[in-house]
Amino acid sequence: MTRTLWDSSVGKKTIMAVSGLVMLGYLVVHMLGNLKIFFGSDEFNHYAHWLRTLGEPFLHYEWALWIVRVVLVAAVVLHAVSAYQLSRRDLRARPTAYVHKRARASYATRTMRYGGLILALFIVWHILDLTTGTVHPGGFQPGHPYQNVLDTFSTWYGNVVYIVAVLALGLHVQHGFWSAAQTLGVGNATRDRVLKALANVLAVVLTAGFVSVPVAVMTGVVS
Amino acid sequence: MKLTLRVWRQQNAEAPGAMVTYEVDGISRDMSFLEMLDTLNEELILGGDEPVAFDHDCREGICGACSLVINGDAHGPERTTTCQLHMRSFQDGDTIDVEPWRASAFPVVKDLVVDRSAFDRIIQSGGYISAPTGTAPDAHATPVPKPDADFAFEHAECIGCGACVAACPNGSAMLFTSAKVNHLNVLPQGAPERETRVLDMVATMDEEGFGGCTLTGECATACPKGIPLPSIAAMNKEWLRATRKVRR
Repeated sequence: MTRTLWDSSVGKKTIMAVSGLVMLGYLVVHMLGNLKIFFGSDEFNHYAHWLRTLGEPFLHYEWALWIVRVVLVAAVVLHAVSAYQLSRRDLRARPTAYVHKRARASYATRTMRYGGLILALFIVWHILDLTTGTVHPGGFQPGHPYQNVLDTFSTWYGNVVYIVAVLALGLHVQHGFWSAAQTLGVGNATRDRVLKALANVLAVVLTAGFVSVPVAVMTGVVS
Repeated sequence: MKLTLRVWRQQNAEAPGAMVTYEVDGISRDMSFLEMLDTLNEELILGGDEPVAFDHDCREGICGACSLVINGDAHGPERTTTCQLHMRSFQDGDTIDVEPWRASAFPVVKDLVVDRSAFDRIIQSGGYISAPTGTAPDAHATPVPKPDADFAFEHAECIGCGACVAACPNGSAMLFTSAKVNHLNVLPQGAPERETRVLDMVATMDEEGFGGCTLTGECATACPKGIPLPSIAAMNKEWLRATRKVRR
């Protein structure tokens, strides 16, 4: 069955759908956690520390976090490799372009591949910035995420990179969520409107939630 | 009507092709698009040129032979087959681009004619049922619920013209394959091959070099028979069910 999944274009889409939904689930939780920044540094830093003690005493310190990281890396890799292979197949299937050009499909649909690339690059920068602190502006302080977030969003490029990536995420989720539902066979004529509405709500809520943090730092609401 | 046509001309599968410009005059608004091409061909023949090769057969919109991408749209601006498209959909003085279906699985044979036998091979791999021979069974011996019959009929409407592949930016045959799979899989007559049908037809579709589905919806918009986009989700559901049930 694993072979069938990986060898078939429909199977690979299934892998993309499931890994995409795993990442989407994580993003919803991540966005809600980010909003804690509006309750001040103590609550935000305490939340970040709690994430490391999650599952104790059954799990060791930071184990829950590492489990999440391993699952996410697996999801990102499966999603990206499937996307790459499927895109190659798609491009090979239409070797000669039409002379008469016209825009096909919606903007969100057409930008899935570029959007995915932007998001992949963003994830690398985001981890180097706020997890390892390698490219963090100013002194990165482990255990003090509130100050680290303020540092990042006090630079113009930090804001630009973040907001562009979050907008790309919104577009990606808008088509991706609905698309995943079709791939997993959940979609039908009667459910279509509900699924499309759900995709739009998810896209808007995620985008607004994530963007609110840099905007709050820029406007001085969070300082 | 006086029209400027830019038509894809290609001598054979190996030769390089190009868009060639022709002027046609005296076109009636009531002519079908194919009759307009017939007019062009008559002039070409009288002038000693080779006529434009294009596929056509019934000219009633039911056989699926005609296949032209007109101004970037499979079967042109109306939601019908090219043979049922009339020149009243165009304006006097228009420039019209006419191209063949574009997909690596549909190689150009000549001019606007493409080889669509990849569809036949998809059908051969699972688009059949096992019917017992002998005396005809009693009428209504096999009851089919009304919603299932409607669903099967809706998908049986597919005439296999390939507009879905031509319209899809990925050259995907998912709408065609899903129409054929759903048509038979929902019926009791199709039940014995329910799992192998979807697995084999999807596998053949992949082998033939069609692209994958990215749910752009272009196929369902172009389909002259109105096969709906959720057909693809229905086939995905069948495929996932089959992978769980069949061990091979």
